[in-house]
Amino acid sequence: MSELAQSALPGARYEGFVTVTEAGLRGMITLRGDLSAMAGAVKDATGCAVPALRRVEASDGKAVAWMSPDELLILCDYADAPGLAASLARALEGQFATVANVSDARAVFTLTGAQTGDALAKLCPVDFGTLRTGDIRRTRAAQVAAAIWVSGEGEMTLVCFRSVAQYMFDLLSRAAAPGSEPRLYA
Amino acid sequence: MLLLTCPCCGVTAEETEFAPGGEAHLKRFGPGSSDADYESYMFNRKNPRGVHFERWRHAYGCGKWFLAARCTMTLEVFGTYRAQTVEPPAEIVAAIKAKRPDWEGFA
Repeated sequence: MSELAQSALPGARYEGFVTVTEAGLRGMITLRGDLSAMAGAVKDATGCAVPALRRVEASDGKAVAWMSPDELLILCDYADAPGLAASLARALEGQFATVANVSDARAVFTLTGAQTGDALAKLCPVDFGTLRTGDIRRTRAAQVAAAIWVSGEGEMTLVCFRSVAQYMFDLLSRAAAPGSEPRLYA
Repeated sequence: MLLLTCPCCGVTAEETEFAPGGEAHLKRFGPGSSDADYESYMFNRKNPRGVHFERWRHAYGCGKWFLAARCTMTLEVFGTYRAQTVEPPAEIVAAIKAKRPDWEGFA
């Protein structure tokens, strides 16, 4: 692995009524195939069960997110991703499934604060009041696709394509500008 | 504005999260069919004022295609169902009949 690996916007941070931080390098593996047939391989690789509809299962620094009826996203340390992808590919050999290390194709932002839902509600056609901790929702933020995961109390993690990272950061920063709280949820 | 429920991921979202795919339940005729059949498959659309069956894709969500029954006049959505369906399922037809008793049925 190259030591030149860099996240999309290293150190980008904005503090408004919500704090927006670029989360740095994250390992991400896309897994497609029959989810029930892959359960064993996912459990061995990550220690997590296959998540239920629109849920995220997390354990010991790794997480598995439900992306669609035949797609999972595995989140892990950046350095672990190539090895994990290789071992998953070995475990799923012969099955109708694909494994791809997409760590460098994505950008991750962390939003913290009590009003993360209010900031995101300006950008996404989603009722954030219905999301609970551990829920994931794929949607759009203004004009680009995003996956939003409620990763903890007062914390949301947003994953988007790396090519739109600057756009996404600008959007989130503008949405979190102090004094512009819509006060929908908190 | 349309509010559609994706049958693949269960999300109810408004139409900007989806991509429209035109009329549903088009029948493609195979080898040996007439030019008229191909023309009608290719170009002829119902374009009704009222009950309509459409294809939609949850483009910003799970990415799956599904079918929807809605009214083109009032934008009322009667229901959504799996794309792997050759004609509207019974519960969708019942839902339409309940709200549009004079609907002539799926043809």
